[in-house]
Amino acid sequence: MIKPTPKWLLSPAGRALAALLLVVALGLVFNADGAFFKLGTHRDTLRQASTYGILACGMTLVIVAGGIDLAVGSVLAVVSVAFSLMTIHGGWSPWLAIPLCLLLGAACGGVSGGLAAWCRVQPFIATLAMMVFARGLAKTISGGMKVSTAVQNTDGTYRYVDVPPVFRAIDSRVLSENLSMVTVIFAVCAIIAWLALSRHRWGRYLQAIGGNEEAARLSGVPVNMAKLAAYMACGLLAAVAGLCQAAQEQQGDPEAGAGYELTAIAMVVIGGTHLMGGRGGILLTLIGTLTIGYLDKILSINAVPESRRLMLTAVIIVAAVLTQRHRRV
Amino acid sequence: MTGIGKRFGSVWVLREASMDIHAGEVHVLAGENGAGKSTFIKILAGVYRDYEGSIAFNGQPVRPESPHQAAALGVAVIHQELSLIPSMSVADNLFLGQPITRFGFVDGPAQHTRAREWLDPLGINISPARLVEDLPVGAQQLIEIAKAVGRQARVLVMDEPTSALSQPEVEKLFSLIAALKRRGCGILYITHKMEEIERIADRLTVLRDGQRVGSAPAAEMKTDRLIRLMIGRDIEAQFPRHAPHPGPVRLRLDNVSVCPDGPRTPPAACNITLEVRAGEILGIGGLQGSGASELLTGIFGGYGDTVTGSISLDGKPFSPRAPRRAIESGIALLTHDRKATGLILSLSITANATLAGLPALSPGGWRNPNRERAATQSLASTLKLRAASLDMPAGELSGGNQQKVVLAKWLQAKPRLLLLDEPTRGIDIGAKRDIYQLMDRLTAEGIAILLITSEMTELLAMSDRLIVMHRGRITAELTRAEATPETVLAAAMGRIKEKAAG
Repeated sequence: MIKPTPKWLLSPAGRALAALLLVVALGLVFNADGAFFKLGTHRDTLRQASTYGILACGMTLVIVAGGIDLAVGSVLAVVSVAFSLMTIHGGWSPWLAIPLCLLLGAACGGVSGGLAAWCRVQPFIATLAMMVFARGLAKTISGGMKVSTAVQNTDGTYRYVDVPPVFRAIDSRVLSENLSMVTVIFAVCAIIAWLALSRHRWGRYLQAIGGNEEAARLSGVPVNMAKLAAYMACGLLAAVAGLCQAAQEQQGDPEAGAGYELTAIAMVVIGGTHLMGGRGGILLTLIGTLTIGYLDKILSINAVPESRRLMLTAVIIVAAVLTQRHRRV
Repeated sequence: MTGIGKRFGSVWVLREASMDIHAGEVHVLAGENGAGKSTFIKILAGVYRDYEGSIAFNGQPVRPESPHQAAALGVAVIHQELSLIPSMSVADNLFLGQPITRFGFVDGPAQHTRAREWLDPLGINISPARLVEDLPVGAQQLIEIAKAVGRQARVLVMDEPTSALSQPEVEKLFSLIAALKRRGCGILYITHKMEEIERIADRLTVLRDGQRVGSAPAAEMKTDRLIRLMIGRDIEAQFPRHAPHPGPVRLRLDNVSVCPDGPRTPPAACNITLEVRAGEILGIGGLQGSGASELLTGIFGGYGDTVTGSISLDGKPFSPRAPRRAIESGIALLTHDRKATGLILSLSITANATLAGLPALSPGGWRNPNRERAATQSLASTLKLRAASLDMPAGELSGGNQQKVVLAKWLQAKPRLLLLDEPTRGIDIGAKRDIYQLMDRLTAEGIAILLITSEMTELLAMSDRLIVMHRGRITAELTRAEATPETVLAAAMGRIKEKAAG
């Protein structure tokens, strides 16, 4: 007699949680001589996963509505370059620079969203175009160079300026050095995204659009506006991730964020959100973010070389998605 | 066929059902959806092997174990989906699997001649060389029948053969059936359409809930009795329509035309003038392509800004632009395809039922799950919605309960005008009655209803007044007393009623 699968394992959250627990169990066994039990390891895991996690929250909003946003990595790069230019080179106040950067990210998302909603360009194509464009924009405004604290003088020599206080603030630690500030930022973003998706009318509209766009339209859902807002929010969160990235690296790198969109999508999908839209949520994405974050950390503390880490990650992504496949009973 | 029984799991879908088909007669098998008709013919056609009872063919007991064996016995089923190969010629299709060959090669000219020999006596005037895909559906169906007859079929089973046919094609099919009767074929004919039953049936057998509830020569089985047998109760009990108390004019259309594909395309509904009063059900009859469905979608703003003419709602001008605006103005549209355009199948019952009324349920934008659940709960009990949980995805419900979720969604939006496009399509008889009762109650509360239905009994029983459309135009306006299957059908086929003198 086969035991029936426990009920909590049948729900998407249960399955995603099972995958995460499996990864954590892996860490308990392969603890690299106790490194896994140190608080610092977990702080770093969360810190490294936070930038991706912020992207994944925005990505969840778009994917739930049946879309995709490939531009988040490039938008992250544009914003990190722009933020560095404003604060390091320009010496602008962060109270001016941060809103402008967020606006820039939202504008990039708005263009993709407008193309996808009103012009009916497929989201894959619209955001692919934005991905290429934003990368080009990042290289243009940075002159193709990293924007760092080494500022070039007019005579070609370099002078070094201080790291702006806002960079140090974002890259600081709180709770007696036990938690990174970026993780706090990630948590705030996740809470806001969760509220929007699960407790606000707009979130329900996104789910409805992802489930059946025509039925949603005929039920009075403002389809185009809701979609536009999803892409704008995704761009805005990519900008937040860009600010964090710039602060952590203390520079604006026009090459930053390449491939991050794929990691973010992987986190969303491992969480159990359907790529076809309609089903999913921020909590699932949080679990997915932790799963990939911990997996990466456990492999790295066990000194698995990056080449093999990539291959193993791919295998685990496929395994996780296969176990989560929606089964019709 | 005697004492046929069949069950799936523990559910008997067919029990002690019997019927006999004589040579040269049309025997109509009638019954509501889910009565067991399809199972019955599948047993005859050898699709199911495990059943109870016995089948005798020309007095010999037989037990077809596969469709192939049934065909060898002379039983042919003409399915709703045709089994011809579109890219091949008529002749090739007729002899598919048993081609006429010469030295191992298909003998084209011989097949051609032979095909003519098969087609001509049946009065089918189609060149055997034509490709099947170039023929209209009706002609394809005739070819399919010719193929069966040419292969010595003695019993032909036709399962709703006219559902995809135009009226002239139906006429051709009926004359072919007459020819087949003269040749001594027995025909088992399944249909929902009363007018077809009246025209071609020689005998009738009625199934209900898997059992035979009646069988008689057509002359002894009048429409009333037939319906009573099919639904198990009187028409009045199935269609609870109380005398209406029409109030002021709710919706008025003046010369309204709807062009679904844009302003410069031919209109699907043209120069429609009508009015519906509060508390009234206005039925719209018509065949496929009548434009009634497009008219309702157009009024609702489903095609955007493509409607011309003037519309007024409660005396105030209304211009349809988007469904959202129509809903805000108190209009609701139940579409004819609930899975494609009515429901978000992946979302819960609650999410679906609150979708159209969400702005009112979430003032300031923030949702209140408890309030949504309470609202859905109360609508679910009004509508007799049966579900294990309101958090269940809508896609896991039965057709009738799905339709109730759609209705709950629209009631939640508090409409003044309800546009119902085939509200009872594909749902069981109990749910149908629930929906009829709901319609009656809603009109008593002063809601106006525009009802499209292709079920004649439903149209006649539920409508207080009727209009009939044909190819986008109104061809008749009938009072409840004037409306009969004949008058509606004549108008639906395009015959414009003579205006009474004066």
